[in-house]
Amino acid sequence: MDFEVNPKGFYGEFGGAFIPEMLYPNVMELQRNYLNILHDAYFQQEYRKLLKDYVGRPSPLYFAPRLSGFYQTRIFLKREDLNHTGAHKINNTIGQILVAKRLGKTRIIAETGAGQHGVATATVCALMGLKCIVYMGKIDAERQAPNVLRMKMLGAEVVPVYSGNMTLKDATNEAIRDWINHPADTHYIIGSVVGPHPYPDLVTRLQAIISEEMKRQLREQTGNENPGFIIACVGGGSNAAGAFYHYLDNPEVRLIAVEAAGKGIDSGESAATMALGHPGILHGSRTMLMQTEDGQITEPYSLSAGLDYPGIGPIHSHLFKTGRAVYENATDEESLEAAFRLTRLEGIIPALESAHALAFLDKGRFKPDDVVVIILSGRGDKDMDTYIRYMEKHDM
Amino acid sequence: MNRIDQLFKDKPGNILSLYFTAGHPALNSTTGIIKTLARAGADMVEIGIPFSDPMADGPVIQQSSDKALKNGMSLSILFRQLRDIRNEVTIPLLMMGYLNPVMQFGLDNFCRNCMETGIDGVILPDLPLDLYLEEYRETMKKYELHPVFLMSPQTDNDRIRLIDQTSGGFIYMVSSSSTTGTRDSFSPEQIGYFERINGMNLKTPRLIGFGISSRETFSMACKYARGAIIGSAFIKMLDSKGDDEASIRSFIQSIRIG
Repeated sequence: MDFEVNPKGFYGEFGGAFIPEMLYPNVMELQRNYLNILHDAYFQQEYRKLLKDYVGRPSPLYFAPRLSGFYQTRIFLKREDLNHTGAHKINNTIGQILVAKRLGKTRIIAETGAGQHGVATATVCALMGLKCIVYMGKIDAERQAPNVLRMKMLGAEVVPVYSGNMTLKDATNEAIRDWINHPADTHYIIGSVVGPHPYPDLVTRLQAIISEEMKRQLREQTGNENPGFIIACVGGGSNAAGAFYHYLDNPEVRLIAVEAAGKGIDSGESAATMALGHPGILHGSRTMLMQTEDGQITEPYSLSAGLDYPGIGPIHSHLFKTGRAVYENATDEESLEAAFRLTRLEGIIPALESAHALAFLDKGRFKPDDVVVIILSGRGDKDMDTYIRYMEKHDM
Repeated sequence: MNRIDQLFKDKPGNILSLYFTAGHPALNSTTGIIKTLARAGADMVEIGIPFSDPMADGPVIQQSSDKALKNGMSLSILFRQLRDIRNEVTIPLLMMGYLNPVMQFGLDNFCRNCMETGIDGVILPDLPLDLYLEEYRETMKKYELHPVFLMSPQTDNDRIRLIDQTSGGFIYMVSSSSTTGTRDSFSPEQIGYFERINGMNLKTPRLIGFGISSRETFSMACKYARGAIIGSAFIKMLDSKGDDEASIRSFIQSIRIG
């Protein structure tokens, strides 16, 4: 089975570049150049050096003994939470800022939901001395105020978006509109494996460092580079795409993606795209989407702002359709429980997004000698308000 | 002959096309606006299909789209509203909108409904040209719909030639690198772009759109193309003055130059 993107930007029936003519030159410039840049030895040297010295990679693969004891299996955590800025997002922004420099761009734009991608973009712009504008839905900017302040301290301009429902989907629309209005000097750093070709492939390749390191680390720690299971949360799906990438052609490795069920799949307040969506076109690609019968995009819900997106990367739609990966989901409540379990058993406070992957441990069937890798995509500092409310509610 | 072709055959210049969003300001204002525009002297009307995420549109059209969706507009309602439009209206009518609502309605179903309604052309800004050629062309041909494609100041010459070969009826010439919205005047760069395209001797006529808002910008655009398209400025007028006959007539009179 072929899981690579084809030259026209499709993964099977999903992907492509559904963009208005005004964006065609920008997107074509990127399509024509991205692989050459990524394969360039000097780019690789610079990217790898920054990942090592600036981001702090390789991120540890940590055998979690007490969590393993609790679930009676062998659980490893891929510690993306220990990266600079606290999540996997910076793997992508480091790579894309180097691409932007090679294309001669001087102005960087980004969208952000929870603010993690916005912070990671503002960080690399400060590092490279480039102008940075981050679009953020007004509602998200209010509920993620500390990240807004971090971006501002890093020198970025944060533009609140008042259109639509004022969340991630609308911030993405606004970033695309900015790009239409600034065709020459601007690079758009998309934060996930979404958007028109080549973004899904570009971001997947930049996040693939996660599975590249895992192979080596598993070989060292277990003698076998192939785990039984890889479990990752998905909103747009960049940490999952990066964690799956080098295992796509090893069918013995079971790939499990966990979406946000919000208050429950049937509650009307959910962000589980695979469970609730069907194919459509949004933000430049054909993919699974939560939408009405008339093709209007519906507003998703998850307590976790990073998973609160009505679509999913086209690579995931393809992995879903072909059955190569399995798409499960976890509710707000299940994820909160899983976050506290990890915290109390291992002394690690996970991001609420990553807690969705942890919540699958209660649902999967694992044998004692299975090797289960969970991608801990980010740390929980940004979710402290939510966690404190949970403790108060449960008298903890 | 397709009514768009007939219009360009009959009228050498100063063609005025109006865009509005179906279902705005009220769910049932669609046919009234079209009929009034035709009576008031518009040469062509583009009927906007509202979408939740109109990424190429500025604030005015975004808000009209939101309002239309809140009013309950959908493609099936729109086609129902337009069922008898050809009893009264003879000017060319086009449908303009994003691909997803069309896809969910079904491309064949959409095109068949367009033909039965008497729609002459379709503008789908997020439909890529190459995909149109591979997958959409046959269906649009079958239902005798003109596919209208956009070009922008950044479009290179080879691609302009391809658009010239492919676009049906006319080419939608986007006036600047921007989303939709109004502007007071054209910059020297824009004039340079209009002149450059004029010099290419394209076979397909052009209408200039985006940023046309007044008699000044309209007549300037008409110097470099067969006419122009007004959207945001018209929708703003509908918002502030209403969709009654007098308001629409006076708006058209304030723009038209013959």
